[in-house]
Amino acid sequence: MSGSGTFSVARVDDALCVHLTGVWSLDRGLPPPAALERALEGAASARRVVFDTAGLGTWDSSLVTFVAQLVERCMRLGVGIERRGLPPGLLRLLALAEAVPEKAGARAHPVRASIAVRIGTATIAAWQEAVGWLAFLGGATLALGRFLIGRARYRRVDLAIELQDAGARALPIVTLISFLVGMIMAFVGAVQLQQFGASIYVANMVAIAMAREMGAMMTAIIMAGRTGSAYAAQLGTMNVSQEIDALTTMGIPAMDFLVLPRMLALSLMLPLLAVYADFVGIVGGAVVATGMLDVSLVQYWEQTKSALTVTDFTTGVGKSAVFGILVAVAGCLQGLRSGRSAAAVGASATAAVVSAIVLVIVADGLFAVVFNILGI
Amino acid sequence: MATDAHIRVHGLTMAYGSFVLMRDLTFAVRRGAVFVVMGGSGSGKSTLLRHLIGLNEPAAGEVFYGDVSFTRATPEAREGMLRRFGVLYQSGALFSSLTLAENVGLPLGEYTHLSPAEIREVAALKLALVGLRGFEDYYPSQISGGMQKRAGLARAIALDPEILFFDEPSAGLDPVSSRRLDDLILELRHSLGATVVVVTHELASIFAIADDSVLLDADSRTIIASGPPRELLAQSADPRVHAFLTRGEERPGAETHG
Repeated sequence: MSGSGTFSVARVDDALCVHLTGVWSLDRGLPPPAALERALEGAASARRVVFDTAGLGTWDSSLVTFVAQLVERCMRLGVGIERRGLPPGLLRLLALAEAVPEKAGARAHPVRASIAVRIGTATIAAWQEAVGWLAFLGGATLALGRFLIGRARYRRVDLAIELQDAGARALPIVTLISFLVGMIMAFVGAVQLQQFGASIYVANMVAIAMAREMGAMMTAIIMAGRTGSAYAAQLGTMNVSQEIDALTTMGIPAMDFLVLPRMLALSLMLPLLAVYADFVGIVGGAVVATGMLDVSLVQYWEQTKSALTVTDFTTGVGKSAVFGILVAVAGCLQGLRSGRSAAAVGASATAAVVSAIVLVIVADGLFAVVFNILGI
Repeated sequence: MATDAHIRVHGLTMAYGSFVLMRDLTFAVRRGAVFVVMGGSGSGKSTLLRHLIGLNEPAAGEVFYGDVSFTRATPEAREGMLRRFGVLYQSGALFSSLTLAENVGLPLGEYTHLSPAEIREVAALKLALVGLRGFEDYYPSQISGGMQKRAGLARAIALDPEILFFDEPSAGLDPVSSRRLDDLILELRHSLGATVVVVTHELASIFAIADDSVLLDADSRTIIASGPPRELLAQSADPRVHAFLTRGEERPGAETHG
């Protein structure tokens, strides 16, 4: 801190003289507040404060800040201030800072809410969240109803674009992930089953797991990250740029125009992707089985055919249609409710993915219970 | 209240939750007039516009179009009323995934029985009216901010509205483009015979286009003056009104965008 600006105080008759010396620069920091407090201890008995800037070098906002603090404290103590000694530029800056008085009530006072208040606020927020979901689900159901009787107001070309985006364009990532999932399951199974000399049952394991669970679940999670977040970001940005307002004042319901095509696209495409993922996963399993174990491709294929039933397939595919609706609803809901800032759009995309994945897994659990009870 | 009032706002209170933005606003807009809602930044003039077009619901009070209450209208009736409005949003609010012709054609497709080819013809005409002939197949991101605003205007006048709402039409425009937009507003008012409601704080625009106005004040949370701006400037004894209309020193922030 050598060479930095310093100050000292001295008593001259009934005045407190503040000597400002050296170079005051923001790079070199401000004098600690404690030093100011100490220096002002004598000020209460003084009638006025004067400044001596004979030794002052160059200065910047650091000096202005310091003097402003000093002025504020002196005013609180009721001590007069003679500003004549200060540099003219500094005087003008001080005058500018004081020109507009602090607006009453403008300063935010962070209040630490009591636990009861916080629980109450959280409960109200959770209730509103639930109402929001229900209202959205109701609106989406009505839109679906209008679609079924051919009165929904959407553009067919939008539906086609969404179908392409949620379908064909998702194939590469679905291929990669399902192939790897199939391989991983085959690896894990192979190590265990080999110990019993039952390596051929790897085929059963991979086929049933893919068809009943992993195909539907993995595609749903991929689409939540890939498409659900995109829906939230698209609708959130449209909210920011007032496009949703424009739709509303044109009398076109956003539910029909924006949400319906997306919901239809995902719930139609996800089952198809799930079937494709089942197939690719089984191929991945076959690659591991034939490479690592003593199983030929024909054996694996025959074993798979005998293991799989139509029920396995239909449960998986049926579930994925539900997952598609859940992912689309989560994405669109978060997008429509997004705030009007860049950060809010990001937050809504994140919320869309998180809530979609949670919903998908919870729904999958419910399906497992129901299928178990029904004996499927 | 004059019988030719096109829009009547009665005792309108606007609030976000428990925070009251403006209370007890009462004014009327004459049929065929250019009516300007003035006010400093943050005084709630854009929020007032959102209340007039049903994007926000009033905490108290009512909005009437003609003799019909908009606030109490059923959703179907409201949709019918909305159809006769045209709104130009601050940033244009064009649908970014549609071309200009598709943007302008969207309300036409919804509310008329025109064939796609006819819709395109009408859309091209509307774009030509705002000086965008030949830009039918451009996407909003490919044109400048001023052009986006004019395209938004073309979409707002697609259905020959009875009332045109403008939210800060000159925000973000250079003085010359802003002047041209003002001229366009006046021209459309004459040719369409529409009532025009403009929210702005741009003094040059206010004096150029306004027949009548109200001035909102953030501190007193209500209307502090109403009447033609030139008369207000000449006659108002209220220093706040004078300061606003003359870029007075008391309110250096009144001219800035925000």
